[in-house]
Amino acid sequence: MDSSAAALLGMGIAAAGFGGAGIGIGYIFGKMIEATARQPAAEAKVGKYMWIGFALVEAIALYGLVIAFIIMGLRG
Amino acid sequence: MENPLEHFELHPLIPLSLFGIDISINKAVVMMWIASGLVLLFFSVATKRRSLVPRRVQNLAEMAVEFLRGLVVENMGPLGHKFFPFIATLFFFVLFANLLGLIPGAYTVTSQLMVTGFFALVVYGLSLVVGFALHGLHFFTILAPAGTPGWLLPLMVPIEIISQLARPVTLAVRLFANMTAGHIILIVLFSLMMTAPVYIGWMPFGFTVAIYGLELFVAFIQAYIFTILACVYLGDAVKLH
Repeated sequence: MDSSAAALLGMGIAAAGFGGAGIGIGYIFGKMIEATARQPAAEAKVGKYMWIGFALVEAIALYGLVIAFIIMGLRG
Repeated sequence: MENPLEHFELHPLIPLSLFGIDISINKAVVMMWIASGLVLLFFSVATKRRSLVPRRVQNLAEMAVEFLRGLVVENMGPLGHKFFPFIATLFFFVLFANLLGLIPGAYTVTSQLMVTGFFALVVYGLSLVVGFALHGLHFFTILAPAGTPGWLLPLMVPIEIISQLARPVTLAVRLFANMTAGHIILIVLFSLMMTAPVYIGWMPFGFTVAIYGLELFVAFIQAYIFTILACVYLGDAVKLH
């Protein structure tokens, strides 16, 4: 296999880390809805932590993107 | 389609060099000046006609400052008041830099790893300095969380060292990657719209609008996350678990 093709594949695989973040964000919002349904009064307090968690999980997906950039940079 | 990363390249506007170190004035430097100027302008407008019952801009500024003060005290205790100016400056500069980058034609300063990396190093370095100044060599107990059984220490200490070293890296990469990725998505969607025929081109254009809204939100939340993590790291150094 050509090495540039392998680099392209590697970039794709690195970016596929988005899948994990998708699961994580799904969990966060699902649990938020569950928590609000059980205890509607706690919505504001839970919501604060939900957005922090959302941003942290989203950032983890972007670490994969950064690795894809690094591969792209190494490829030249 | 042109290279979506081209937007992030920096070219010197005024080439300058000091003792062989490149200190050229480029777009990012100019945007940083504008961002800090806007922060100053915002607060000078907000505090111009102070009244006991705050109105409009003063209300907004007071809300933000009160919110940040609550954040600092919550994480660092009463000692946090000393760090409040630093944390507030960090928050407003990152926020204005993030928001400024969303204006078409402007440059996102925080999409440079150099900038966010330096912020993260300053925050982490400050937390180390504060920790050693307050606790002396006792600060090393941060590597062994309270209540760890003795036989677990050989395992816990390396893990804690790694987690400590990962802090500045993740702090820098989180902000940088969020800003870069958001702008790349906008560029890709926009160039899709420009290349597609009109009867299908409205679709990516609609997405551009939606993603722009998300990016506005991300600009706020990433500035908030950066600040709250800086508070947590400083709070760890102050409180020592």
